[in-house]
Amino acid sequence: MTVALAADNTAERSVPKPTNPIIEVRNVSKVYGGAVHALDKINLSFETGHLTSLLGPSGCGKTTLLKIVAGLLQPTDGEILVKGKKVTGPGPERAFVFQDFALMPWASVLQNAAFGLKMQGVGKAERLEKARHYIGEVGLAGFEEKYPHELSGGMRQRVGLARALAVDADVLLMDEPFSAVDEQTRRKFQEDLIRLREVENKTFLFVTHSIEEAVYVSDRIVMLSPRPGRISEIIDPDIPDGISPDELRRNGTYLDTVEEIWRSIRKYVE
Amino acid sequence: MTLFGYRLPMMSSLIVWVILWEIIGRLELLLLFPPFSEVILALGDVLTSSSFAEAMRITAISYVAGLAIALVVGIALGFLMGLVPTADKMLNMWVNTFLSAPLSALVPVFMILFGLGTPTVIVTVFMFAVWIIALDTRAGVQNISPSLIEMSRSFGASRFERFKITLFAALPEILAGVRLGMIRGVKGVVIGQLLVSIIGVGALFSLYQQNFLMAHFWALVLLLFTLALTFAEIVARFEKRIEYYAGARS
Repeated sequence: MTVALAADNTAERSVPKPTNPIIEVRNVSKVYGGAVHALDKINLSFETGHLTSLLGPSGCGKTTLLKIVAGLLQPTDGEILVKGKKVTGPGPERAFVFQDFALMPWASVLQNAAFGLKMQGVGKAERLEKARHYIGEVGLAGFEEKYPHELSGGMRQRVGLARALAVDADVLLMDEPFSAVDEQTRRKFQEDLIRLREVENKTFLFVTHSIEEAVYVSDRIVMLSPRPGRISEIIDPDIPDGISPDELRRNGTYLDTVEEIWRSIRKYVE
Repeated sequence: MTLFGYRLPMMSSLIVWVILWEIIGRLELLLLFPPFSEVILALGDVLTSSSFAEAMRITAISYVAGLAIALVVGIALGFLMGLVPTADKMLNMWVNTFLSAPLSALVPVFMILFGLGTPTVIVTVFMFAVWIIALDTRAGVQNISPSLIEMSRSFGASRFERFKITLFAALPEILAGVRLGMIRGVKGVVIGQLLVSIIGVGALFSLYQQNFLMAHFWALVLLLFTLALTFAEIVARFEKRIEYYAGARS
C-alpha cells in the first residue's frame, strides 16, 4: 500500500486526483428500463498500477459501473476513456474476472486459461505455454488437464484469474471475484492477490461488498450509495508498507478504516 | 430379489409370464395366443425369411432419413426459439401442441400428401421426433449462463465463436432431446409402417394377421420390442458418456 494520505479520521477527507489515470469515467449514467437509475452522473478516474475497489451495498450500481468500463454494458449517458480512447465495447487492454467464474465446463483448465489468447488469434503452442505459465502463477500447477467440475470453487476462480492474466491486459476488472468461495479460501485469495500485484504490473478494478476485503487489498476505495448510484466517499486506506497479512488484520489503521466505512454504509442497510 | 432365501436371477419374473403364456397357449382358449414355444420356433422362421430382411432394410432407411431431417430441423428450430424471443412467441404454442398431439391421426393425411410408401413413413418419423428435439434445444439455449456469453464477449470472441460456445453450453439438453427424439422416432417408424401397411414391418404384420400366423405375429412383436429396447439402451449409454459435464455445470 503506497498511497500516503493525511489520515485525520474525519469524514471530510480529501484524496489526491490520479496523476496518471488509465481509466476515466466521465458523467456516466445508466438507467434501466427508463425508471431505475443504477448510476447517476459518475465522474471518476483510476490511477495506473493501483488497485481500486468499488464498494457499496447491493443495488448501488458497482457491478453496472464495472461492466460499463468492460464494455459489456452501454451507458445511457456519458463516456469511458481507457488509455485516452473512448470505450465502445470490450477490448484487449481490459480483462474481466467473473463472480461465477464463467468457465467452459467442456474445456480443461489449460484450454479455459488459454481462451482469451485463442480469441486473439495467438498460435496454439504459444498460447498453451502462456496459459501454463499463468496457471502456475495462480497456484494451479498440476491441474492443467482437469475439468472445472473437478475443482473447488476457489480453484475455479483461480482458473478465471489465470485466463484474465494470460491475455496480458493493462486493466483487470474483477466482479466480486471471491464472493462465491468459502471464507478460508477467500483470505488466502486476498493474500495471493496482493502478492500478484507485486509481480504483475497491472491496474485492478475490484468490485466487492466486503468492507474488510476492500480495506485489505485496495489502494483506494470508492464508496457508492444506492438509488440512484452515486459516489458517496473516496477513501485511501493508510496502511503501512510491507506489513504481513497477519499483522495487518490486527493493525489499528486497518481496523479503524473498516469501522469508519461501516459507519457510513450502515444507514443504507437499516 | 430373493424368494425363500434363494437369490433369484434377473428377469426371473419374465419366466413366470412365459410359463403362464405357455399354459394358456396349450389350453387353446384363444386363437390369438399360440403357446410360447411355438412363438420361439416361429422366431427362427421370421428371422431367416427374406421379407424380414427387406422389412428391416426399409425400416432402417426410413428411420435414419426421418431422424436426420428431424435433427437438422429440430436443432435449428430450437436455436431460433431460444435466441429470438419473437420467434419463440410465435412458435412455442405450435411446437407444444404437436409434441402432445396424437400424431398417428395425421398419418392418413401424410398418406394423401406423400403417397403409400417410404416418404410417408419418413415424414411420420420426422413428426414424431422433431418437436421434442426443438423444445429441448430451446431449453438448453435459454438456460445458458449469461456470464458465459459475457465472458466470450469480453475476451473478444467472434460471432462464430460465440455460437460455438452457445452450442457446447446447450449440448447436454440438446442431446437429451436427441435421445428422446430417437426413441419417439422408433414409435414413428412402426406406426407409420403399420398404417401404410404395404411396406416394411407393416406389410409383414398384415401378412401374418391375414394368414392367421399368430405365432409369427408374436415373434415379430417380440423382435420389435427387443430391437427398440436395445436401441434405447445404446442411446442412453451414449448419453451417459457426455453427461459428466451436464451435472457439473455451474
